[in-house]
Amino acid sequence: MYIGDFKETYASDQAVFVNTTSRFWLGVLFVLLAVFPFVVGDYLLFMANLIGITIIGAVGLNILTGCAGQISLGHAAFIGVGGYTAAILSSRFNMPFLLCLPLSGCMSAAFGIIVGGPSLRLKGMYLCIATLSAQLILEFVFVHWESMTGGIRGINISPPQIFGVVLDNDFKFYFLTVTLVIICVTAARNLFRTRVGRAFIAIRDRDISAELMGISLLRYKTYAFAVSSFMAGLSGCLWVNFLKTVTPEHFPLLESVRYLAMIIVGGMGSILGSIFGAVFMTVVPEGIKSILGLLVSVFPNAMSFLFPLQQVIFGLLIVIFLVFEPHGLAEIWRRIKNYFHLWPFDH
Amino acid sequence: MDIFLQLISSGFLVGGIYALIALGFVLIYKATNIINFATGEFMMIGAYIFYSLMVYLELSPFVGFPLVIVCAALLGALVERLILRHMLGQPNISIIMVTIGLSSILLGLAEMIWGSSFRSFPPLFPRKPIILGEIVLRSNLFYGFVMAMVVVAVFLIVFKYAKVGVAMRATANDQVAAFSMGINVKTMFTISWAFGAIAASLGGIIIGNIGGVQPTLGHIGLKIFPIVILGGLDSIIGAVIGGFIVGIVENLAGGYLDPYFYGGVKDLAPFIVLLFILFIKPYGLFGTKEIERL
Amino acid sequence: MSILCVDDVSLAFGGLEVLCDVSFEVNEGEIFAIIGPNGAGKTSVLNIISGFYRPKKGTVFFKGADIGHLTPDKRAAQGMSRTFQNIALYHGMSVLDNIKLGAHSHLKTGLMGGLWYWGAAHREEMALRKKIEEDIIDFLEIETIRKQPVGSLAYGLQKRVELARALAMRPEILLMDEPVAGMNAEETEDMARFILDIKEEHNITIVLIEHDMQMIMDISDQVLVLNFGQKLTCGTPDEVQKHPEVIKAYLGREKNQ
Repeated sequence: MYIGDFKETYASDQAVFVNTTSRFWLGVLFVLLAVFPFVVGDYLLFMANLIGITIIGAVGLNILTGCAGQISLGHAAFIGVGGYTAAILSSRFNMPFLLCLPLSGCMSAAFGIIVGGPSLRLKGMYLCIATLSAQLILEFVFVHWESMTGGIRGINISPPQIFGVVLDNDFKFYFLTVTLVIICVTAARNLFRTRVGRAFIAIRDRDISAELMGISLLRYKTYAFAVSSFMAGLSGCLWVNFLKTVTPEHFPLLESVRYLAMIIVGGMGSILGSIFGAVFMTVVPEGIKSILGLLVSVFPNAMSFLFPLQQVIFGLLIVIFLVFEPHGLAEIWRRIKNYFHLWPFDH
Repeated sequence: MDIFLQLISSGFLVGGIYALIALGFVLIYKATNIINFATGEFMMIGAYIFYSLMVYLELSPFVGFPLVIVCAALLGALVERLILRHMLGQPNISIIMVTIGLSSILLGLAEMIWGSSFRSFPPLFPRKPIILGEIVLRSNLFYGFVMAMVVVAVFLIVFKYAKVGVAMRATANDQVAAFSMGINVKTMFTISWAFGAIAASLGGIIIGNIGGVQPTLGHIGLKIFPIVILGGLDSIIGAVIGGFIVGIVENLAGGYLDPYFYGGVKDLAPFIVLLFILFIKPYGLFGTKEIERL
Repeated sequence: MSILCVDDVSLAFGGLEVLCDVSFEVNEGEIFAIIGPNGAGKTSVLNIISGFYRPKKGTVFFKGADIGHLTPDKRAAQGMSRTFQNIALYHGMSVLDNIKLGAHSHLKTGLMGGLWYWGAAHREEMALRKKIEEDIIDFLEIETIRKQPVGSLAYGLQKRVELARALAMRPEILLMDEPVAGMNAEETEDMARFILDIKEEHNITIVLIEHDMQMIMDISDQVLVLNFGQKLTCGTPDEVQKHPEVIKAYLGREKNQ
């Protein structure tokens, strides 16, 4: 049971995991993550990879939209840029995966800066529409620049190889995904312990007074776009290497909306929330699919409802969370934690 | 030269129809400052309801139109009361996201009800194309344009002279002042949503009549954004002008560039224009830069 | 010696003249008050000094140099700090983080350093925390609320946190927009004491806008009177109180009541 804190240094007061209890649970989490692939079947491994890849993308979007307040409808396209960069580099230039990964991130970041740079002057809905245009234009390029992207047929690649190990199944890939998720989540969390993260939140809350406090709006908005789309690029690169193929239909506008839904459901401006959101939004459609699968015996055409039902449920989740629980699952999680804080002696 | 004139004139007609849809956006934005991403879906729902009335119930269009207007008004008012009312005072991002969520719900529902296949309307207008000199105009397009312009004109007149229109303008101008003048601001919000939904769904019927209807018809709603950025977010006349420009740009791009890119440029061109405009003028062509206070 | 010099500044929004040929000088280490009826352009003067508005004409000199071309964030980095009429704290952050944000221009952590955190960024954060605790939190007596989200604080405390944030910028000049507006007598007295302490202990020049005449006359060294965007007069509190134009335009109204 956790009773109270006694801290002697500022460092211990500002640590992310402030006490032994929370550090203990972190340890438990790591052990579970390490044991997980050895005990579960193929399907759960596949899902775990998918969730991990989505988490990286969601953390990126949450930094930009949730923390820095710059709404983006083009996140899927930035993920796509990363994915295509990875596919082109590996299929044409036989570039090793460990080089492809950062390069895809950088390529996405570059696109993010190009789109986001002018955002210094664009506010709210104007920015939203500019990113929407970027999404549509990039989608067009994915489809129509056939010599480079392979058009609607896309590009197939061979499985990635790291230090001589070929990651040709979900089990091996899992370790790569988990490592990258941990790195990205830690880096994002770190960022918000320094002046850079504080500047993001200040820009979100009141951009004008932030500037009077000495924060260069141009620089920090550009940073936010760069970090966010870098992570999108990593996510895209992983995605493409995981599926070993890339086609334009992976990155439609709807996917951007799905990412926005994730960070809303999870909790805007919360790194933990991005994780919750990514898990939730990947598991829920699978849940719908399996429920419909059970119904097929009764209603033979149940599966044709899969896509529209997912649509309706995404929409409902967005609306319900924004109306009733604007801080998302992260806030619910915090309340549960507080409830058990002094449990069973909470009076 | 023939092709050019042909493209310009059909672009002009399409633009008039876009103007009506953009009006559905502007009416809501003007009164409530809400960016409605679900305008396109209102349009699609309107088209489907009309289709159902015509095909399943075999009603005459003269009964169908008023019924669609009633349904759309109910839908708009319902959305405002059930969802947007709870979002008053929330940050912009959340409100934009709620309308995106709404569009997702409507799209899914439409596909569940009507399926994803493509349906075409029974003929509404005489099929004979309109021929002006060397220009040939498709009859659906021409009569659709005429209808759109009539509806836009009706809205303009209502906005300018009717009591409810004046109250809406007052609300748009200054909510607090309107409130203290005895205008029920919340009712005005509901009415604006109803009006917006009506304009959008009538636009949807016209578009559906030209090209058929399917759940993704709502994607045409995205074209509203180039239109309103061109025309200014809260100006009805601006929406009309923006609609014409986008219609013409789109047709020219489609006519001259599509052959080189195997299609797709037509829908993309307005967004490229839009990005250029935003780079040069961050508040749109006719938008006013707000004086910010501390 | 003058630290801040506003020279012949005019400002207009469209056809609306907000300020017309306003000039004044603020001496180093003094408390300089700007008073005037509502809509006289007081806040606009501060906004021009901090670079949020660009004047139509005229120049602003800070520490002897023309700062007209500098963006607000550069001016802040040069030692200009500000509190706001309607409190502009960041509601998404705790009191402590709000104060830390004020120190932004004095920190060096870049994007990469922030993502990595361990090492230089960590040391910098710890040094910052120590400095803030010792110099500011202790001075303004806000130890008990440091971990609270700012939204939950009472109005008077929020004003104090805003002052703390401004002090964390380690300014040479502090611009305060109505620091005691809406406060009760006790809170006003506290704030007046803090303002005097800031001037004396930290040797910071203060420009403040206020409607509380008693406080103005008690603590300020110079008073500038604005009316309808024009400078009526500028001088010591005694001179200003005796100035016939001022009595007519501003204080006189109170006498008649």
